[in-house]
Amino acid sequence: MTADIAKDSARPRDFAQGVRDSVPVVVAAMPFGLLFGALAVENNFSVFEAVLMSATIFAGASQMVGIDLFGQKVAPWLIVLSILAVNFRHVLYSATTGRRIAHWGPVQRLLGFFMLVDPMFAETERRGETHGTVSFGWYMGAALPLYVFWVAEAWIGALFGNLVPDTHALGIDFLFPIYFMGLVMSFRKRAFWLPVVLMSAAASVLAYRTVGSPWHVSIGAVAGVALAAIMAPDARKGRQAP
Amino acid sequence: MSTTVWVILAGAVLTYLTRIGGHMVLSRFESIHPRVEAGLNAVPAAVLTTLVAPAAMNGGIPEIAALTTGVVVSLVAGGMMPMFLSAAAVLILLRHLIG
Repeated sequence: MTADIAKDSARPRDFAQGVRDSVPVVVAAMPFGLLFGALAVENNFSVFEAVLMSATIFAGASQMVGIDLFGQKVAPWLIVLSILAVNFRHVLYSATTGRRIAHWGPVQRLLGFFMLVDPMFAETERRGETHGTVSFGWYMGAALPLYVFWVAEAWIGALFGNLVPDTHALGIDFLFPIYFMGLVMSFRKRAFWLPVVLMSAAASVLAYRTVGSPWHVSIGAVAGVALAAIMAPDARKGRQAP
Repeated sequence: MSTTVWVILAGAVLTYLTRIGGHMVLSRFESIHPRVEAGLNAVPAAVLTTLVAPAAMNGGIPEIAALTTGVVVSLVAGGMMPMFLSAAAVLILLRHLIG
């Protein structure tokens, strides 16, 4: 589906464009990066451990769940399992984005997948949609600022935890749902978009109330993806019909 | 090393496996079935919706109003920043007014 027309994928212009595309994400993630560092220390993490977690796991929601469980003295294997459960949606990202970056070298792909967090996945899909191809230069331009700031914020938050302001009054706790919602809207031209959104919304809310978090993410996602797969052949027939 | 460090490293390895696993499995197939293709194209809308829906469900008037503003602005104006800024403004304003 993607036309591989990337003749000069190492253009510095691509990297610069990636950096520009990363700005809203870096801004939206900033309070959470700082908050994570502060909460980690509050849950008896050392500054080193807080920074290590941001640098190696690099996934906000699962890091928050992880430190929260540490505070509740839950068995270590259960914390690891919870981190896995929160991040399980990345399997779908990997399968989807893999098609866009199949022309990269093996080492480039190994590095790229490490940075495949929610916003990187969404921005990569958008970039592929508008440009037909995703270059390594653009991807690194978008991902590196996100990573560097995320790790630095954990460190700053851990050192100066009290700097974090009233997140509720400033609306910070709800910035990511708003950002994700904007991303959902940006994919509205895709086939079966509305049925997929309605199905995933209903399934995730239902799962949230029955099975509980974080499984509502995987369950809701699989429900939407399955609906698109089921609807697909009918739509093709419809398009071929006179 | 402390238990904390081991948990972090184990979580990191498993997280990386999820980020590469989907591609590893899919790249074993020479051609992608149209249904799989349609399913993968639905991944962004499907996953990102699940990150919004429960938050919207648990939200009060400011949260619902912010999301509604976001939908309307992206339908009318398009673009990420106008949507993001107007929704955030509505959220903060209403939280100050209603609490």
